[in-house]
Amino acid sequence: MKAFTLVLIVITGLVSTNLQANQAIEQLQGSYRNNGATSFEALDGKALWYSEQNDRSCTSCHGTSPIAVGKHRKTGKKIMPMALSVNPERLAKAAKIEKWFLRNCKWTLGRECSPQEKGNILKWLKQL
Amino acid sequence: MKGLLKLLRWSTGITLLGCALFIGFYGLSASSIASGYKESHEEGEQRRNRFGFASETNPAYQEECGGCHLAYPPGLLPAQSWTVMMSGLDEHFEENAELPEDTRLEILNYLGKHAAQAGDKVLRGSKDEALTRITELPYFVRKHDEIPEQRVKNNPGIGSFSNCDSCHKNAVQGDFDEDRITIPGYGRWDD
Repeated sequence: MKAFTLVLIVITGLVSTNLQANQAIEQLQGSYRNNGATSFEALDGKALWYSEQNDRSCTSCHGTSPIAVGKHRKTGKKIMPMALSVNPERLAKAAKIEKWFLRNCKWTLGRECSPQEKGNILKWLKQL
Repeated sequence: MKGLLKLLRWSTGITLLGCALFIGFYGLSASSIASGYKESHEEGEQRRNRFGFASETNPAYQEECGGCHLAYPPGLLPAQSWTVMMSGLDEHFEENAELPEDTRLEILNYLGKHAAQAGDKVLRGSKDEALTRITELPYFVRKHDEIPEQRVKNNPGIGSFSNCDSCHKNAVQGDFDEDRITIPGYGRWDD
């Protein structure tokens, strides 16, 4: 009985975080559409993830695959996976997603990401 | 039959809700235990823990700054250093660490309140009041002069002197006790 309860608790936790993440992504994609984005393409998101400029890329710190744990290239700190399927907690809050997009797009690309680019990335991370 | 189904649905709903609440409260209680420092003495209005650093923690500081590196005890730098640091977050040691203005101010306020004061041992010999690299404090340099630089920089388990918690496992609580140092790949440090 105890084990059953524990399993139920874990599953409930995962399901509710997953739901939050899906809601946060939908909410953001809605606002991106209101700001000029059209339909989102996962493949474009993937291409942006792997694109490199001035020796900088998303993979510099997140690692090659969003399903795996990355390592910050300077501090060495572990960076948890970004894919929704393995780590919904990462995408559970819209404000947090936006904060990191701002910081990391500026560092990696030297500019902010467009609403279209952000929506594409989210779509890719969601379906991985 | 319909009644039974209704009852089943209702009880499943209640169970799920109960579980969600339990997880929430469990998380809250676990994190508050983890952040409860032992306090040894009070200094003015500022409460300090037994390591001489602020016992008050700040969730925004832990979340925003601790998200990328050790949330350094605020008492490692003077207030002016923190002001300079928090004014240039878009160029934060070659990283972008921008924050929304309200969060930035909250964290700056916390850091300023618990910053190192004149007379604190970490500021001994320090002339630059706006220095932002903790590792450049004369006190820091002195304390680490017996450690060969290569043992840190070429050590995959450390990489940089700025990763305090690679060796000082309880650094986040301000515990830099010499008796509790373990250098990755080398073992316990004996002074």
